[in-house]
Amino acid sequence: MPLLEVKGLGINFGGLRAVNRFDLTIEPGEVVGLIGPNGAGKTTVFNMISGYFPPTDGTIVFKGRSIVGLKPYQIARLGIARTFQNIRLFRDNSVLDNVRVAFHPRAGYGLIDAFLRTPRFRAKEAEINERAFELLETLNIADKANTAVKNLPYGDQRRVEIARALAVGPELLLLDEPAAGMNPAEVQQLVELIRFIKQKFNLTVLLIEHQMGLVMNLCERLVVMDFGEIIARGLPHEVRQNPKVLEAYLGKGAVA
Amino acid sequence: MFQKTNKMLLMVIGAVVLYVLLKIMITTGVINPYWQRVLFYSLIVTIGALGLGIIYGFTGQFSLGHAAFVGLGAYSAGYFSKTFGQYGGLSFIGALLVGMVFAGLMGFLIGVPVLRLKSDYLGIATLGFGFIVKVALDNADKIIPELGGARGMVGTPQVANLEWLFFTALIVIVLTRNFIFSTYGRACTSIREDETAADMIGVNTFKTKLMAFTFGCALAGLGGGLYAHTYPFICPGDFYFLQSFDYLIVVVLGGLGSMTGTVVTAIGWAFLLEGLRFVLGPQFVDFRGVIYALILIITILVRRQGIFGGKEFGFLVPQVRREKPDAALRG
Repeated sequence: MPLLEVKGLGINFGGLRAVNRFDLTIEPGEVVGLIGPNGAGKTTVFNMISGYFPPTDGTIVFKGRSIVGLKPYQIARLGIARTFQNIRLFRDNSVLDNVRVAFHPRAGYGLIDAFLRTPRFRAKEAEINERAFELLETLNIADKANTAVKNLPYGDQRRVEIARALAVGPELLLLDEPAAGMNPAEVQQLVELIRFIKQKFNLTVLLIEHQMGLVMNLCERLVVMDFGEIIARGLPHEVRQNPKVLEAYLGKGAVA
Repeated sequence: MFQKTNKMLLMVIGAVVLYVLLKIMITTGVINPYWQRVLFYSLIVTIGALGLGIIYGFTGQFSLGHAAFVGLGAYSAGYFSKTFGQYGGLSFIGALLVGMVFAGLMGFLIGVPVLRLKSDYLGIATLGFGFIVKVALDNADKIIPELGGARGMVGTPQVANLEWLFFTALIVIVLTRNFIFSTYGRACTSIREDETAADMIGVNTFKTKLMAFTFGCALAGLGGGLYAHTYPFICPGDFYFLQSFDYLIVVVLGGLGSMTGTVVTAIGWAFLLEGLRFVLGPQFVDFRGVIYALILIITILVRRQGIFGGKEFGFLVPQVRREKPDAALRG
């Protein structure tokens, strides 16, 4: 059974058809890249999968269950986590709190436990702390656990965002331009990091990216979008030579 | 473990010492009955302001109707005491619970429709609710004569004293702190920081906002219940939107997202208000409004994060320690 099955997905913003007839099937354990020029509708697809925009038409089936119409928090609880193109962290909160809050749905204690600091509260909080620190260590930011996120450099903020997404406990991880603003060395580190967490947490990854180095290195399969539609799909080296793709990126006539 | 017990013990001792000190000062007359009233008022403001602190400071939901919930608590608790006041302390506890539950319930009911709104719009909706409560209380005597309507309510047993107020405030501080430093508190602050992102990591934002709002309004109701048993005369004007601004000023001045700031500012503010009465003299007493508005403006200009800027006194913050301290070093 595929992990994610998207069929005929489309959305209108007023008179604008932002995404049209988008199909995508992802098997467990795959790393799939979603690429395309700016404004192609990639992030809109992410927003529909994660429940932020309800699609105008089409179906999204995750683990055999339709998730169209579910609220974002319900979809997250089913096992889809994401990061954002422009980092969206809880800026005034500490790194640790940014990660710990993602355990909220599975905290395992109630309001009364919290008010009265019952043994159950203490046990579950200790567990949350332990797991949060484990994630921070995996991402190499444990020493900054008590720093407010807004005071971290950009690269570290990206790491916190990934740690937070992992704390959701996902099976499918959606990464929206994880390498944006990184230099080639950092991109290489990121590639290794994504490989590592994919192994460690048994993840399936769908990522949007412009950095071709990362995409070619990491993705087993690519889907290319332009003007809201899929124009090509296939293995990275196939897609690279597809005239339609070159045209979308470089313009008509550029590929003679 | 030893360290933790130690810290709690210190907190308990600190609270008891503070109480004994205040008690001695009151009995020996160092704090005269007038300033005693101010002290009581400051404790009531503390409780109400902590409620708004949860709603606005920690969850980021802008409410301009907080005093209305204090009023609902005051009137419901006062009415309960007038009816069942013959059982002394027991009926006082009952009255406080009634005030708390009633204000919390109203917060819940009004929260369901209005918490779907964001920032400014939420402010306008809660402001509107404040007006509704004022008008309803003004005319309440037509339904329940004991409430007194616009003429105000008298005859509530004046049973609140230092012990009740001090220890209620203390319990509220502890409960608020326990709430803030739990997964619920973290869910609240994540909504304040970025509601969309909170939603996408699995926080049921609407439910969490509603919980915070209900809790905050219940604290307002508790403050109101104490108010009704501290002052022999209450009237709808005591809970008008200007009083809502007072709570807002306390929370903003203290620093959004700082319990310490809210408590310190609430107490300082109540004393400042009365202190200015003496400094300015009876002729200029109305200039107090100018002065504290100026304080607010200056704070926003030079220190927008408020006096405490989201910080807490260290003893309020539970320490997060690793099970394996070496791991933290490695990281």
